[in-house]
Amino acid sequence: MTRGIRPLSRAMLRGFLRDRTAVFFTLLFPLMFLVLFGGLFKDQGAPKADIIQIGSVAAFDRMPAEARAGLAGVAEITKSNDIADALEKVRKGDADAAVEEQGNKVVVHYSASDPVSAGYVRGLIGSIVEQANIAATGQPPTFTVAATQVEDESLQTIQYITPGLLGWAIATGATFSAALTLVGWRQKRILRRLRLAPITTGDVVGARVGTAVVVAFVQTAVFLGIATLPYFGLKLADAWWMSIPLIICGTLAFLSLGLLIGSLTKTIDAAAAASNLVVLPMAFLSGAFFALDGAPGWLQGLSHVLPLGYLRDGMMDVMVRGEGPLSVLPHMAALLAFGAVVALIASRFFRWDAV
Amino acid sequence: MDYTIVVENLCKRYGDVQAVDGLSFTVESGEFFGILGPNGAGKTTTMEIIEGLREADSGAVSLLGASPWPRKPSLLIRIGVQLQASSFFELMTAKEQIYTFAEMYGVPTSRADAMLETVGLLDSADTRAEQLSGGQAQRLSIACALVHDPEVVFLDEPTSGLDPQARRNLWDVLRAINDEGRTVVLTTHYMDEAEILCDRVAIVDRGQLLQLGPPAELVRGLDSPVRISIESGLLTVPEAKALADDAEVADDEVSLTIATRSPSTVLATLADRDALRGLQVRGATLEDVFLHLTGREYRE
Repeated sequence: MTRGIRPLSRAMLRGFLRDRTAVFFTLLFPLMFLVLFGGLFKDQGAPKADIIQIGSVAAFDRMPAEARAGLAGVAEITKSNDIADALEKVRKGDADAAVEEQGNKVVVHYSASDPVSAGYVRGLIGSIVEQANIAATGQPPTFTVAATQVEDESLQTIQYITPGLLGWAIATGATFSAALTLVGWRQKRILRRLRLAPITTGDVVGARVGTAVVVAFVQTAVFLGIATLPYFGLKLADAWWMSIPLIICGTLAFLSLGLLIGSLTKTIDAAAAASNLVVLPMAFLSGAFFALDGAPGWLQGLSHVLPLGYLRDGMMDVMVRGEGPLSVLPHMAALLAFGAVVALIASRFFRWDAV
Repeated sequence: MDYTIVVENLCKRYGDVQAVDGLSFTVESGEFFGILGPNGAGKTTTMEIIEGLREADSGAVSLLGASPWPRKPSLLIRIGVQLQASSFFELMTAKEQIYTFAEMYGVPTSRADAMLETVGLLDSADTRAEQLSGGQAQRLSIACALVHDPEVVFLDEPTSGLDPQARRNLWDVLRAINDEGRTVVLTTHYMDEAEILCDRVAIVDRGQLLQLGPPAELVRGLDSPVRISIESGLLTVPEAKALADDAEVADDEVSLTIATRSPSTVLATLADRDALRGLQVRGATLEDVFLHLTGREYRE
């Protein structure tokens, strides 16, 4: 008999959709982060230097057209004849450097208050003068440098944050829904009432898993729909559809986690607090918000124990990094194993009744 | 005799507390049966064991000819249970609640609508369960318990916390349920409720059966004096004392009360003297039986 699944799923979905707080924290809140991060760091690349050229500077003015075009990507050069005003701008930080010509010397005025841009602008102007020197000899340069940025070609901000934030959203949705349904229904004695109805435990579990997966798919659709807008510019790799079974496995893992939290807590407030206490640190430690590249090794090792790390990494592989469909099988196995172990522990603490 | 419920020597222990201690009784088919007792007497535990929610430590329970433990779906569809607290799904309307139960029991929604009408909730069908009044919530939970037309109905303190109007209103609903031929088992600690509704009551305390029988029979068995009150000032206390050999008289300036076991002679004399203004005659009630048996008036 499975006739309990339909009415219970409907009850759970209604409970979720009519709970504005739940909808906000599982859908809109993570989405806000996506829009924020995606918009904020959209054009992040090499920094652009603001340089004021005072009067005529031969090394700049005689630059060949193609070199000038290349320079436009890394520096913005404005011309001015007012030395005092230019120096004031540098002092205030409105410009990174002011350049003037004194005889054969190119003088760079910069502020040491921002050492990174100061160093960058000194190097940049140094190389412009160097090129002008070489050009003055009439000889072609012996060595040239061709620099391309690796990060830009492989992962843009949106590509990095979409799997991370989506994973966080799914983890929040599944963990909270399982924990809060269990505690809420136990507290309100709905679980006990359901035991008196001719339905099975499988009906209740099936309805919970089914609705959680539906919610996770809605989250995925909304996230990918927004991230692939031209403004954000996410491009999905060929095997992105493998994220669907991966998300099912992830949802199961987080449902078990929620089941454990719900079995160990007695009130809705405690269950919500405990879920937060688990999900939020897990999101940080799994690199859902920012890369853990700079973190110590043991911290990075921790992300290999956490289910969100596997979900995020797997989604990154098939959605963004363009790996084959089979590459996520280990991630799926890890998520299922985590879910099974945690569900087993939860079943030891599970209670139908508050008393 | 056709027994719907047979309980034999039932025992259940929680840690140090012997919640049910050798309870035996039977409930006949179509009977309105009450289980009375102070808080913590073991009423709810007894009901839960009969319903199949808990396993007894020892003793036997037969519900509709079968053992309710372990849980049997075939038995569950023949019983309806209204729980002490109103157990409703969050953020759902009255109609959605009962439709959910109807679907779980495989009952058409037309039957659910009919039940809403029976308990007088058609007008509140689209109200969220949280916003129903206490009486409405109780009626909804009774409707949910009856949606699959069960043969036996268990009601756990259905009128607790209701105002007098809502209680009377609910009594009519409960009486109608019983009149349709269903066996009803009710726990309550309102003695007037049990006296009015129940065919027979079992008074339990500390998990043991103290008395069992029709309320009127239990009251008669108590053999307590009848209390006759009239307005103060119609008779003096010595005059009143002379009315019967066993008369105990009290006058509180508002009423003069005579407690006696021979009320007919006292009433006849009062009538002769035309001293019946403000007459009230009160016999013992089930509450007196209850307090006589369980002793303490207050306990928590």
